[in-house]
Amino acid sequence: MSLTKTERAIIVSMWGKIATQADTIGTETLERLFLSYPQTKTYFPHFDLHAGSAQLRAHGSKVVAAVGDAVKSIDNIAGALAKLSELHAYILRVDPVNFKLLSHCLLVTVAARFPADFTAEAHAAWDKFMSVVSSVLTEKYR
Amino acid sequence: MALSAADRALVRALWKKLGGNVGIYTTEALERTFLAFPSTKTYFPHLDLSPGSAQVKALGQKVAEALTLAVDHLDDLPGALSALSDLHARKLRVDPASFKLLGHCLLVTLARHYPGDFSPALQASLDKFLSHVISALASKYR
Repeated sequence: MSLTKTERAIIVSMWGKIATQADTIGTETLERLFLSYPQTKTYFPHFDLHAGSAQLRAHGSKVVAAVGDAVKSIDNIAGALAKLSELHAYILRVDPVNFKLLSHCLLVTVAARFPADFTAEAHAAWDKFMSVVSSVLTEKYR
Repeated sequence: MALSAADRALVRALWKKLGGNVGIYTTEALERTFLAFPSTKTYFPHLDLSPGSAQVKALGQKVAEALTLAVDHLDDLPGALSALSDLHARKLRVDPASFKLLGHCLLVTLARHYPGDFSPALQASLDKFLSHVISALASKYR
């Protein structure tokens, strides 16, 4: 499952806009995730997860920055996220199901902020891209 | 995971706002589902699934009516959806995973059209509501 030229173009061009709101998008994505799927909070016993928390904001930024790294190296996502892949495999061990939930919440957030850009084609491209990112992050689990 | 009073209030309020436009959004959700998750097209070999198709619109209208029926009977979803449940179990046999994909696309669609309303709390309540609908639809499969 690799991204077509058209899909890459869509993602790279939308990223330009997303990057301008990266931090708030990251925070909102996590807020949506923890509210819709409270079981995901299990990975953050050490965080204050209330809306507006500094830790939530910092973590949201990290997550979106990582997505940005994947976009910037869209021709070699596995290479760009190699370290993160090891982190998830050996230390974090986030159940792969949760990547789908996070991706869903990211897409909802992006759709709400960029309704005109988030066409059906863009939606499909982003869903595929996030699947690739999720695959890379879970590929060293076993 | 029953629907709380707050969940019901949020879902009803949104549905009131959507008014007669539910069909527009369910149609868009179907289009997005077919594009992002092409395996879902397997259930519609008899339909023209190209964008703008009148048949997809008609299908969207059917889905809209079912969801509106569900919203009007939040206190007894299994009862209200019993006939549809029989239909899906005996005839249609749509893989329940596909319902989730449609649900995801519906949330993305609503987020695009009502960004100001689509708070994390509303998303969570809608997601819960859709899970209940999906449960009811799949309840007679086995």
